[in-house]
Amino acid sequence: MKHVLAVLVEDKPGVLTRVAGLFSRRGFNIDNIAVGETVTPGISRMTITVEGSETIVEQVAKQLHKLVNVLKVSNLSKEPSVSRELMLIKVKAEMGSRSDIQQIVETFRGKVVDVSPDSMVIEVTGNEEKMEAIKLLLQDFGIREIVRTGKIAVLRGSKVTGES
Amino acid sequence: MKKKMTKGAAMILSALQKEGVEIIFGYPGGAVLPLYNQLYDSSIKHLLVRHEQAAVHAADGYARVTGRPGVVFATSGPGATNLVTGIANAYMDSVPMVLITGQVPSSFIGTDAFQEADITGITLPVTKHNYLVKDVNDLPSILSEAFYLASTGRRGPVLIDVPKDVFDQEAHFAYQVECEIPGYKPTYEGHVGQINRAIKAIRDAKCPVIFGGGGLIRSGASQALRDFADKAEIPVILSLMGLGSYPGDRDLFLGMPGMHGSITANYALTEADLIIAAGVRFDDRVTGKLESFANKAKIIHIDIDPAEIGKNVQIDIPIVGDVKQVLEALLKKLQPGSTSAWLKQIENWQKEFPMTGGLCGTGDSLKPQFVIRELSRLSVDNTIVATDVGQHQMWTAQHFIFREPCSFLTSGGLGTMGYGFPAAIGAKLADPDSSVICITGDGSFQMNIQELATAVHNQLDIIIAVINNGYLGMVRQWQDVFYDKRYAQTALPGNPDFVRIAEAYGAKGLCASNVKEATAAIEQALSEKGPVLINFLVEPEENVYPMVAPNCPINDIIVGGEQT
Repeated sequence: MKHVLAVLVEDKPGVLTRVAGLFSRRGFNIDNIAVGETVTPGISRMTITVEGSETIVEQVAKQLHKLVNVLKVSNLSKEPSVSRELMLIKVKAEMGSRSDIQQIVETFRGKVVDVSPDSMVIEVTGNEEKMEAIKLLLQDFGIREIVRTGKIAVLRGSKVTGES
Repeated sequence: MKKKMTKGAAMILSALQKEGVEIIFGYPGGAVLPLYNQLYDSSIKHLLVRHEQAAVHAADGYARVTGRPGVVFATSGPGATNLVTGIANAYMDSVPMVLITGQVPSSFIGTDAFQEADITGITLPVTKHNYLVKDVNDLPSILSEAFYLASTGRRGPVLIDVPKDVFDQEAHFAYQVECEIPGYKPTYEGHVGQINRAIKAIRDAKCPVIFGGGGLIRSGASQALRDFADKAEIPVILSLMGLGSYPGDRDLFLGMPGMHGSITANYALTEADLIIAAGVRFDDRVTGKLESFANKAKIIHIDIDPAEIGKNVQIDIPIVGDVKQVLEALLKKLQPGSTSAWLKQIENWQKEFPMTGGLCGTGDSLKPQFVIRELSRLSVDNTIVATDVGQHQMWTAQHFIFREPCSFLTSGGLGTMGYGFPAAIGAKLADPDSSVICITGDGSFQMNIQELATAVHNQLDIIIAVINNGYLGMVRQWQDVFYDKRYAQTALPGNPDFVRIAEAYGAKGLCASNVKEATAAIEQALSEKGPVLINFLVEPEENVYPMVAPNCPINDIIVGGEQT
């Protein structure tokens, strides 16, 4: 099963290396990771997607907690949460195929953010299934490049993942 | 009024003073010149070793004896990388330590400058935490955090890398020994609910055992363990790291478990219906095949590190906390169960399977086990034993009787050859009144043999017992048992004459190749001043038994020739 961990960290040099190094040396796999600032200055939030059993994810969380710069680890998969990812896709787009592509993009509530004589750049946000679905549909036109931010997630309702 | 300014180097020595540091283990070099220049005026003692690795191991031995962080200085680049084995060793065995390394000047970092190495990057996986000081203003808080982190919670090494220019920069210095770290809050007190569950489980158990480890020693829980075990009448098994926390000569003590543990300890763990695990981490050398480990038992696990609970073995009653505090809390509420039938069973095992290896060594041959037993028999109270790694280490664990905590220093987790001799030096400096014996092998000793110079120069009374079989004995034993006696590269034919080596350094050297000579040499060594080396020429192909093959159930024991 995939678990989404929200990890609050002190914004200190090397903190990303510490977190990433922990995963590799303990043999855990990171599916994806996204890092950004929070409302509190000096504190960043990492959203880490981990594949593994309950026991493995519990061990990951405990080991993360041992890092001095890690303030809090929450497993968002255990509670109702909203998760999103942003993807940019550069797709081959000759004159004849543009309107077809446009239609797909609209269905997925994406945006065309750049057009050149033979290509288009499309922006989509959503969950993983949506990303996979649009990728599949655009494949026939010829995907040249894909860039993804990695998943970010937040709890539903008024509860926040704050510092403990 | 202008604030008084202090140089980085002076801040470090002043912080060490405030932390009560008595001695620094180190080796100077280019990038730490400003720090050593400051040390020149300091009253803190410095032990000059002959290789940086020895500085860490000596600091490690010092820390294990005193319970306070060992402090190490080394220079940048190779000075720092030479520390790595020692740091990894301290990390695995949870030894408190603060290491200060010089780094190339700030403006050179990242340019592959002379003697530059990214030591914070390199030691990231083997330190509890580490720092690269970029601004001298941060130095006071970093120093105080380093000592706090090293010596609280689950102990461990903390490294501070200081660029050469930062030693000379000035800032306002206000030092606070107490500090607050937002992401670091160790739990010391056990959860009351879990303690009550444990009490019930102990009351209901028919076949309970205590399985204790290094955590008992780090938290000073030895007395609490003795009180608890004796009152509850529960037998005690101690891991390699826990030896000494319960007296090795009492009836309730069953020995060490696992690969070279006693048969009784392994049978007891296998047959127990309750294991009270205190300050242990269920290492593979203890558990053997995990699926068959202690299948009949409910397990209570007390540990200060929550990540250790459930890491290898499934736990029924987890208690996160300081082992000493938790054991004291358990003792207060203890309702002993009825263990007499179980104790009878254990007594039968002990009678049937005593640890007897090497008793038949008489006449011209010398059994290594006999040497260890003689060292144990003749040693005085307040003896500290440091070992290296291999057969001699296991024989020491099996045959030397440890009665007090912190009296046995050994590389448990990492298994570092070369640990013993420098650790013995650190131990002697930590407790000058103690009698210190380094039990080593001809292979291990040569990994830090250069420290004879350090021991001689400082006139340290240390007995170096070289169990010399001319082999890397433990590796040879595995080749014997698992690789059809194909002794690839495990004989050490180029060994020097250890007695003459000792004498060349200015130490006393003795030799023993039979039982009579061995006893006489130990007696003489105990009466000498300064370092004394005894070269024990033992039977070359003696194996360590009992033995459990790796990843086999721990009750599936190879007993070996003479024990059957």
